[in-house]
Amino acid sequence: MNTDDSSWWPMGDGGDKIEGSQATARQTAELLRSVISQQRVPYTNQAGALIDAVKAIGEQLIAANPVELAVGNIVRRVLHIIREEDLSLTTAAIGGLNLSAVSDDENDDDRDGDSTLSAAAVAAAARSTLRPPSLQTLLEDTPVSAAVPQTSSSGGDSEGKSKSADKSSRSRKLKHDVIEAVNELIQDIVTCHEQIAEQAVEHIHQNEVILTLGSSRTVLEFLFAAKEKKRSFRVFVAEGAPRYQGHLLAKELVARGLQTTLITDSAVFAMISRVNMVIVGAHAVMANGGVIAPVGMNLVALAAQKHAVPFVVLAGSHKLCPLYPHNPEVLLNELRSPSELLDFGEFSDCMDFGSGSGSPLLHVVNPAFDYVPPKLVSLFITDAGGHNPSYMYRLIADYYSADDLVVQRRATAGN
Amino acid sequence: MDARRVSQVVPKVRQVGFVTHSDPNPPPQASRAQSVPIESNSGTPSDSPDFSPVMIPPPRHHSENLSHLRSAAVAVPESSSRRPMWDDRVAVVGSYNPGNSLLGQPVSPNSSEVNSEASTTLGWFGRNSSGKFSAGSSFPGGGFDLTTVKMENFTQLEGKKPEAVPERGGGAAVEVHNEVSSSTAKAKTTKAERRAMQEAQRAAKAATKGKGGGGGVEVNNRESSSNTLKAKTTKAERRETQEAQRAAKAAGKAQGNKPVAAAGGAGPGNILRQPSQNRDDPAVGSTIAGSDRRGGDRPPERERKKDVPPPRMQFDDQGRVNKSKKRAVFNQPEAKNRVELFRHLPQYEHGSQLTDLESKFLELDSMHPAVYKVGVQYLAGDVTGGNARCIAMLRAFQEVINDYSTPPGKTLVRDLTAKISSYVSFLIECRPLSMSMGNAIRFQKSRIAKLPLTLSETEAKAALCNDIDRFINEKIILADKVIVRHAATKVRDGDVLLTYGSSCVVEMILLYAHELGKQFRVVVVDSRPKHEGQALLRRLLAKGLSCTYTHINAVSYIMHEVTRVFLGASSVLSNGTTYSRVGTACVAMVAHAFRVPVLICCEAYKFHERVQLDSICSNELGMLVLVLVR
Repeated sequence: MNTDDSSWWPMGDGGDKIEGSQATARQTAELLRSVISQQRVPYTNQAGALIDAVKAIGEQLIAANPVELAVGNIVRRVLHIIREEDLSLTTAAIGGLNLSAVSDDENDDDRDGDSTLSAAAVAAAARSTLRPPSLQTLLEDTPVSAAVPQTSSSGGDSEGKSKSADKSSRSRKLKHDVIEAVNELIQDIVTCHEQIAEQAVEHIHQNEVILTLGSSRTVLEFLFAAKEKKRSFRVFVAEGAPRYQGHLLAKELVARGLQTTLITDSAVFAMISRVNMVIVGAHAVMANGGVIAPVGMNLVALAAQKHAVPFVVLAGSHKLCPLYPHNPEVLLNELRSPSELLDFGEFSDCMDFGSGSGSPLLHVVNPAFDYVPPKLVSLFITDAGGHNPSYMYRLIADYYSADDLVVQRRATAGN
Repeated sequence: MDARRVSQVVPKVRQVGFVTHSDPNPPPQASRAQSVPIESNSGTPSDSPDFSPVMIPPPRHHSENLSHLRSAAVAVPESSSRRPMWDDRVAVVGSYNPGNSLLGQPVSPNSSEVNSEASTTLGWFGRNSSGKFSAGSSFPGGGFDLTTVKMENFTQLEGKKPEAVPERGGGAAVEVHNEVSSSTAKAKTTKAERRAMQEAQRAAKAATKGKGGGGGVEVNNRESSSNTLKAKTTKAERRETQEAQRAAKAAGKAQGNKPVAAAGGAGPGNILRQPSQNRDDPAVGSTIAGSDRRGGDRPPERERKKDVPPPRMQFDDQGRVNKSKKRAVFNQPEAKNRVELFRHLPQYEHGSQLTDLESKFLELDSMHPAVYKVGVQYLAGDVTGGNARCIAMLRAFQEVINDYSTPPGKTLVRDLTAKISSYVSFLIECRPLSMSMGNAIRFQKSRIAKLPLTLSETEAKAALCNDIDRFINEKIILADKVIVRHAATKVRDGDVLLTYGSSCVVEMILLYAHELGKQFRVVVVDSRPKHEGQALLRRLLAKGLSCTYTHINAVSYIMHEVTRVFLGASSVLSNGTTYSRVGTACVAMVAHAFRVPVLICCEAYKFHERVQLDSICSNELGMLVLVLVR
């Protein structure tokens, strides 16, 4: 469906092949929403029942394609939503909180669409925290300003009030609230491009030269947003072998009136000395700030570092993965068919595994992803604003609950 | 004092060594000052760049020496007139040669043997200095000594022959030397080659630090020269000599010392064994330097200015472009949408030229068919790769020279040079020259220009063809052999070697190492649009090498398992940067990031004195269509 960011994973859950981490994330969220809505909830421990149901499905989904980290991210996000809603309902039912705390929450709970923050703050006040403290929850007034400016764009202030309204009828409300929140999440995933693109004018200026690799819908929107704001700049597009999605991106950019130059991947180093900024999409962003990106990205990042060019990664929040990578080049990678690199007909004699004695002479390596270590990344631009790689783990703490990480870890380890 | 001056002059000297092509004979005096201290270490016998297959050789300097040889009568008087004392020295040098060889090499009683021996060592030094771009400083002085030594030899060998013959005889002698160098001095050539390779390697690493790299080179060079002599002069010793020099100068006994000094200068061995002589030697050097400086420093300065390569044609200069278009043999359609960044480079619509050129075949009556053929091959991409293109061009020129007859009323030297120039501009139209071809052409032209007027036409043609053969053999084929032999020693069992694109030298290295029975794996990294690696892959597989193939994007994936990276180069520039197929820098960069050693394999004749900071200053643009079509 759409060609978001480099990822093109066949998924088992839609019947059709689903490509792109954005599409995957959206479909996962929709699937989980229907799971939740169809789940019968007992009177006691409703949240526990929902969590179990989502976990069971989630494990299957993750097992279907462990490399598509967006699936796991969304499952965790949904689990987190359930926990948060449950907490907020519980605390609301207890009703021991003064209004000021709630109103404080409302100031910051519009930060994300999923409306979890107010509940988190309440929970923190009520009892020991569910999750590690974050900048927003701990230091509400002082340093938040750095991250706040972008938050005005995301509309999510309505549910805080609705939540505070339905304190009494929590038994029925939980499921409803969760589904509401998941809808918000889906909405976020769908609109993450626009939210990222809104920040484009802050980063792209007149007469600059931008380099990108492969094709990413986020990057396309980002560049186009800057173009719409009357910025004139040039774009170099590295084609991104072996899928050559850069060709598509270049075509699209030209169609939208951007001055575009298509180059081969090998020419990246040659051209980067004239580039002002590298802007690329990602497949996933790990908790340490490392990036899983289409193959060739490490090359670009190294070249950018060599020439001191800022390397900017655009990533929707659904790409934030709470896991720390270990040997990601191997474990979070996929080796694709050699036919993309070599003509089977031409080299069939060398690649014949069946008849040859011993090991074949020729191996063809066609990995799908590169891992870009955090030190090569200058900036992340997510729908929640710009962040340093070292800040990623903080951001992740806002989106995920620590309990789910453990669960997921076991789940992924099982796969 | 002098020592300080020396250091100041060094940059110039370096240029002299490096810009080899034109500084042919830097008036020996020019850098005598610096050369002496070092030289004394490195041994006077520096000479004949002719021998080294590998040498950088500034073809011209090379030829220059040769010409000295040939027109010995002319060259020597000149030098001697400048410095009378040299005459003495010549004699001494001659007598000292054997002693010299005692140090490093077996003594041979036979005078001709001695000759060759000396010349090989000389060649060796020469190679060291020039091969490293260096500064070697031994060079200028060496050149001088060389001529003198040569003279000696020459007179020994050819003295009785009539005037006209010496030239030929000189050529023959050179041939012999070559033989000697290739056979007996194999080890040395490899050493020199290795040095050159290391140098290139280092240079590649230090690409950004042009200045620093140069310094490193110099130091290295000195070390190498001393090492090669086995004189093993340590720093302390060197300093000692310098101090001695200073002291000697202060004493002002220059006159009295001269003869002794000459003796000292003759052999480095003397320095080690006889410190007293050593003391004198620098003194002489300094005095010489002093006297030379006054008279001799200026002219080289001017010459040097000429050496600076003229700025390349900038294709955004409309006037010049139009001018060159008028001269063009066939019209090349300009690309419709030119890339802004590359305005200064020619951007043509490729594809149509071939037919255009073919249709003009009959009109181009001035074009020699061999050259035409090569041009078409370039254009069609049938002949690619620095070495192949260079050889094809030289072979074509050989045919041109064979078929050449001087038109009435013209001289061979001028007419042939003009002809070659026109052919070259035709070839440039077909495809921009590679650096190696530029060097080869320069060599060719200088050979023509240096042709003695006394030669008959047939003799001249034979000599030129001979020169071309020699160039191909020494600078390319033999150089490759040396590189291969040396680089194969860098391959160890269990290695995983990565190479990018298709470099013929690297391919030879891999095959040779495989023949040696080394167990290793090869990773062939390839990239669009040419996919040259696939052809290499096929050839390697046919020989039974175990290969891994991947695209350049995945190079950081595969680099984890790689233990060594071998890369070819189109040229090594004088600021230490390597100029090679697009993508090579990416591979080298990734290898660096993964702490994998990178070895650049480049014949020394591809070294070039231009400097370039990035790939945009000067480049060759391929067909735009190739990027779009998968």
